[in-house]
Amino acid sequence: MKKISKTTWSTISTYALVIVAFIAVQVLSGAGLISHSLQGQLVPICAYVCLAVSLNLVVGISGELSLGHAGFMSVGAFTGVIVAACLARAGVEAEVLIFAVSAVVGAVVAGVIGLIVGIPVMRLRGDYLAIVTLAFGEIIKNLLNIIYIGVDDAGLHFSMRDSASLGMEQGTIIINGPKGAVGIDKISTFVMGIVLVLITVAVVLNLVHSRSGRAIMAVRDNRIAAESVGINVTKYRLMAFAVASALAGAAGVLYAMNYSTIIPSQFDFNQSILILVYVVLGGMGNVRGSIIAAAFLTVLPELLRPINDYRMLLYAVVLILVMVVPHLKVYQRFVDMIRVRVLKRSAASEGAAAAEGGASHE
Amino acid sequence: MEILTNLINGMSLGSVYAIIALGYTMVYGIAKMLNFAHGDVIMVGAYICFCAISYLGLPAIAAVLLAVVGCTVLGIVVERLAYKPLRDAPSLNVLITAIGVSYFLQNAALIIMGSDPKSFSSIISLPALRLFDGKLVISATTVLTIVACVVVMVALTFFTTKTKMGKAMRACSEDRGAATLMGINVNSTISMVFAIGSGLAAIAGVLLCSAYPTLMPTTGSMPGIKAFTAAVLGGIGSIPGAALGGVLLGIIEIFARAYIGTQIADAVVFAVLIVMLLIRPAGLLGKDIHEKV
Repeated sequence: MKKISKTTWSTISTYALVIVAFIAVQVLSGAGLISHSLQGQLVPICAYVCLAVSLNLVVGISGELSLGHAGFMSVGAFTGVIVAACLARAGVEAEVLIFAVSAVVGAVVAGVIGLIVGIPVMRLRGDYLAIVTLAFGEIIKNLLNIIYIGVDDAGLHFSMRDSASLGMEQGTIIINGPKGAVGIDKISTFVMGIVLVLITVAVVLNLVHSRSGRAIMAVRDNRIAAESVGINVTKYRLMAFAVASALAGAAGVLYAMNYSTIIPSQFDFNQSILILVYVVLGGMGNVRGSIIAAAFLTVLPELLRPINDYRMLLYAVVLILVMVVPHLKVYQRFVDMIRVRVLKRSAASEGAAAAEGGASHE
Repeated sequence: MEILTNLINGMSLGSVYAIIALGYTMVYGIAKMLNFAHGDVIMVGAYICFCAISYLGLPAIAAVLLAVVGCTVLGIVVERLAYKPLRDAPSLNVLITAIGVSYFLQNAALIIMGSDPKSFSSIISLPALRLFDGKLVISATTVLTIVACVVVMVALTFFTTKTKMGKAMRACSEDRGAATLMGINVNSTISMVFAIGSGLAAIAGVLLCSAYPTLMPTTGSMPGIKAFTAAVLGGIGSIPGAALGGVLLGIIEIFARAYIGTQIADAVVFAVLIVMLLIRPAGLLGKDIHEKV
């Protein structure tokens, strides 16, 4: 039998993690062990997992700090809502079909916007790139705030002034400026969410393990060296950015279809930051880590509900501690001490040498 | 006359942005970190001033001083507890910590002060300035904000160029390793920068709330982001750049609100930033550093 490489194992375990989590939730929910509020969180968890994995492609794999991921999420969400409303009006009844078509269109539109945004953005680097992605996220939010879209028998109506100037008599308003998209059919289900998570993970992992993925990581590790061996730097940075935007768009559709109303100001800078927190806590470039971190941190405020008033405060403290504690001298000494003991016990002669090496690292 | 009024209002708002942006840019210059909690220090400063006036009954000057002292202490404490252990950590970890601090400050304020907006009565009770037979009315707050910004700028420029501490600051931001070798205490210098930045944020908070008198736990976040944008626009790390960026951003924002629409004003501000950065990738007054292979 052919020996299975380390990367293949890691890939298999990532898929296995999602599937095991899915089965576990189904079993627990069948046994009635999942609270109602947690049940309501299942689809958002899937959406945040997709967002975290896709942002990891930009921040972890491609090494660019993006602070506007929620912008692409909102583009997908609002596009998906429009498509779903049109399909429902055209008489399509199969919810899976409506969702699938909306998600694909949402992803394509978000991907195209990602590409358009990416072309100027990719000229910049580091913190300047971060601020420009932040700016684009805010611009998208502001533009969505003044967009009014309605549908009637004559087709789609579009206005940038108010809902009255849509000029419809018997149509339904789909997007109502700052009031957002109203009357969304709540068709997202946990199964759809899990399928989307698997698709997102598959796209990201396949991209990472392909020739393009290696080029993207080469650009991240040393741009000048990568350029000098003939890698088209802009092309690969743009590829990672656009693919991540498209995946965020699909996740946005999933997220939107879980609620009856979404408003543009939900997808603000704080939302982008939230997704970034998942990526950093999960580990940069680590897809499995992003999945775990996103799921855990979405559930955490729910778990902290008994101490309702203080939960966000505690969330902040957890966030700071997770970042700061590994860098404290006390903690490092403690870890070193344990490592030395474990090593000593396992092999006396090897242990001593390894502990010396281990002690100098964190 | 309308244009002139807008211009002056823009300069006033821009002055507030400039004072906040100074804090961002100085911290970035020396610690190479984006201090996202800076906007929330503004909010804390405004709350301290508000409480000192309404609950303790202190005179305005004393309240402002108390806010400055409170925020300075807050800045130093936050730096010691949250940022100092991460001095050699990857910059993203520091960024997330700063976000954690920002959440912490906002939620602490929410618990202590409640979520209902407080109406901040202006601390400035001077009469408005009337020019051209009353055609142009400039409120005392506007004038004082602009004056405060100029004073802060002059004082900071003097501090960084003439005093020993200021020179140490510039040395640290240029090359931290070399500064250490020259006997500069980098840790205390960084603390000093946080102290100055947070003190300035308190002043900015009071001025901001005097002009826009609703005070909530989230009051600081949007001005914080805009000021950060201003710092980048002017060239992050550059003190005159932060002032220039702040004032420009304020003027653009007020004009966009007046002539394009309130809903879209922020989008215009950010669009201008993007265009500027595409033309000058290091900001208006930032140094363009070429990479050597």
